[in-house]
Amino acid sequence: MKKSDIKKAFDNKNWTSDTIVLADKIVSKISSQYLGLDVYPNQFEIVTSEQMLDSYSLIGLPLSYDHWKFGKDFVINQNQYKKGKMGLAYELVINSNPCISYNMEDNTTCLMVLVLAHAAYGHNHFFKNNYLFKQWTDAESIIDYMVFARGYIKKCEDKYGIEDVERVLDACHSLMNYGVDKYRKPSNISIVQEKERLNKKIFDDRILLNDIWRTIPKEEIKSKIKNYPDQPEENILYFIEKNSPKLKEWQREIIRIVRKISQYFYPQSQTKVTNEGCATFTHYEIVNKMFEDGYLSDGFMLEFFHHHSNVIYQPSYDMSFYSGLNPYTLGFNIFSDIKRLVTNPTKEDKKWFPDISGSENWQEIFRYIVENFKDETFILQYLSPRVIRDMKLFVVDDNKDNDFYEVSNIHNDEGYKKIREDLSSYFNRSRYVPDIQVLNVDVQGDRKLTLKYTPINGKVLDNKITKKIIPHIEYLWGFPVEII
Amino acid sequence: MGINIVDRRSNPKGKSSENRQRLLKRIHGQIKGAIPEIIKNTNIKDINSTKDKINVPVKGIDEPQFTYDKDSGDKKYIHPGNKEYSKGDRIKKEKKSGKGKGSGAGGASDDLTVTEDGFTISIDRNEFLDYFFDDLQLPDMIKKHLSTTNDFKQKKAGYVSYGNPSRLNVVKSYKNSMSRRLSFSIFFDKKIKDLEDKLLLEKDDDKIKLIEDEIERLKKMKKSISFMEEIDLSYNNYEIFPVPILSAVMICIMDVSGSMTESLKDIGKRFFMLLYLFLTKQYQKIDIVFIRHHTAAREVSEDEFFNSRESGGTIVSPALELADKIISTRYSSEYNIYLTQISDGDVWDNSDAIESRKHLEKLLSKIQYAWYVEVTYDKSRSSGLMQSYKKIEKDNFKYGIISNLSEIWPVFEDFFSKKNKTNEKVRY
Repeated sequence: MKKSDIKKAFDNKNWTSDTIVLADKIVSKISSQYLGLDVYPNQFEIVTSEQMLDSYSLIGLPLSYDHWKFGKDFVINQNQYKKGKMGLAYELVINSNPCISYNMEDNTTCLMVLVLAHAAYGHNHFFKNNYLFKQWTDAESIIDYMVFARGYIKKCEDKYGIEDVERVLDACHSLMNYGVDKYRKPSNISIVQEKERLNKKIFDDRILLNDIWRTIPKEEIKSKIKNYPDQPEENILYFIEKNSPKLKEWQREIIRIVRKISQYFYPQSQTKVTNEGCATFTHYEIVNKMFEDGYLSDGFMLEFFHHHSNVIYQPSYDMSFYSGLNPYTLGFNIFSDIKRLVTNPTKEDKKWFPDISGSENWQEIFRYIVENFKDETFILQYLSPRVIRDMKLFVVDDNKDNDFYEVSNIHNDEGYKKIREDLSSYFNRSRYVPDIQVLNVDVQGDRKLTLKYTPINGKVLDNKITKKIIPHIEYLWGFPVEII
Repeated sequence: MGINIVDRRSNPKGKSSENRQRLLKRIHGQIKGAIPEIIKNTNIKDINSTKDKINVPVKGIDEPQFTYDKDSGDKKYIHPGNKEYSKGDRIKKEKKSGKGKGSGAGGASDDLTVTEDGFTISIDRNEFLDYFFDDLQLPDMIKKHLSTTNDFKQKKAGYVSYGNPSRLNVVKSYKNSMSRRLSFSIFFDKKIKDLEDKLLLEKDDDKIKLIEDEIERLKKMKKSISFMEEIDLSYNNYEIFPVPILSAVMICIMDVSGSMTESLKDIGKRFFMLLYLFLTKQYQKIDIVFIRHHTAAREVSEDEFFNSRESGGTIVSPALELADKIISTRYSSEYNIYLTQISDGDVWDNSDAIESRKHLEKLLSKIQYAWYVEVTYDKSRSSGLMQSYKKIEKDNFKYGIISNLSEIWPVFEDFFSKKNKTNEKVRY
């Protein structure tokens, strides 16, 4: 097909599946040859905007178990969409193999190409190559697993009633952040084995007790048990699933399901900036290369830049609609700057990034970063003074004893390193997930479960909310629960 | 490696309807509890309005997660866009101003909005009616009947020049075409005739040729008058009108002496709303007349009827007299009249009860149906008014003693079943 015909095809704001196939041919060629990306096969789904909202509230999984939580999220998302608060994602993509991305039917051709480059190639490559995703998620089997999870929960509802199942799910959701393993490798049960598990477990109404609950008659054995668990357990849901004295088998399975899902999403919360930066940078490079190679018209590019600048728009702190740092902006700026300082370093760059300045193969470095870093380490290593200056970042200390805020660092020589460190720790998970672990179970006494909260930076837990969560945990544990 | 394109648009409505159902179920209890308050604030006629969404505040659907207390601990914020600050600058903290991200009192059109206290959910008319009926414990068929919207009929209304081909009126179109052709032919014929006359008088050869050419031309034009043109087409036109075309008037009489409490008034209001809903199935236009009385009777607006406080004893007959007067001056026989009186029965003295009965009997001959609803918590004593009314022996009158909402329906029931027999337009 002649380039002028291709240009014309892309200039037509209405696309057909032929346009998509054509776009994919070009984008995939550039992505592999120019950027060296390595992606899962793509499944590109065409949806209405209502279906899009649906997917959004199911957190991007094409199906999930039924729960009022998703009803609420759907309604809230719809509400925000109507208010124009969310750019109703022209981008929603699932970490799976094949990689599923959604394209709304009323997207223009430019948007469609954008979704393709951003989601189907940018995010896709990230999911396939980033170490956290490789370690903690199984793209091959997640969809299948969700099918079974959904089916299993439905069967439980039929057998035990929707209210009872909902009660368990509600309790699990409140502990979702504490259902992940951060350091222990998950066991490698294949999906086939999981299926068999679920098939067998459905009618298991029994309460299979862990050994620790056996009554101990003899004194000497009593003294052997010092503390259970012998080391604090960070995966609270896992602990409850294995050790709760009162849960029935089917309830344990539900906890397990919620855990698995939480684990699946764990890397996403740790790589927001890096992932979005990767995808935004990818779509930027690909579309510009397409233009360079003569496939796109000026008109197309105008629309593209309009969308692109919307995505990376960062209001400054004093604007009324400021709502924090935009991860797309941050990620894109860092990657763009890496490209710049690799190909065209200044003296400052050479000082700050001696290893990579001037090495010329920026694509290789880009891929290396995508593979080996998460937000915290990404920013710590690669946030450059240039980006800090461009964004005019500054740090404000809020000491609760003072009645003023203090600006502790701005974008000058003495501030760069500190800003980098501060911003990096901003993305540390402990900043939004308090450190709570299982400390002890009173095995011989009232079976009380004791959770320990380790404060950080003098912060305490929000008491009101904690009071609401304890009953959920007590429901699962079956005995008193306290948090110290 | 090609791309796999999947078109999901033809799939029926999303998965979220199931989830929304669950959400609704969860807050069902709360919505139910909020209904009396909503009814208090809704005008009777509005119960039928399809446009408005009703906002119900809802608690208990938050999903708590362990979080830090916002006021504790030392925090660092990193912001972009520094314009003026240097290291060490201090900015005074504002006092708590309740600014929250993502919170806002959403407009009435939002589905679920986050406010400072939680969520409000808006439900549409049908959902609201479900809750409304639930309390009243109406039989299911009645519920279905009341919640369907009005029927419409089509009737012929002349002709239009555009429309659906199936509505083409062939005869009329043909007539139009004929008249057009005729008038054009006459036009040309006249012209040709004039020229032919001229031809007879003309001697000059050149001029003869010109005239003959002209005649030829005109004859050709006459031949090319088309048989049927778009302008001829005539389509049948239909208008829709709601069935039926009668009008009704509801006369609501309520005792507003001190002894009527809020919840008793609520029962009264529900009764009126139910009647109104029922009547909207039958009538295109329903007027409502509000008469309140204690010792004196007055016609008032709906707002005053339900809300303003007065006290005093109870005399009933002036109210019925007033109703009679209103009927004879304002509502001729074109209207079907329904009268409801709600009271706690405690009249001043017996002569009033007798007077009232006399008035009511007189009215019953003019109106379709009347109800006397005595709202009271104490069913053991029979009030003076009730004893008097019991003596009425007309079959378009019904009375009942009600102390809670579920007892409204039995009082209504006879009326419904009666209507069902006589009026085939009532579909169940």
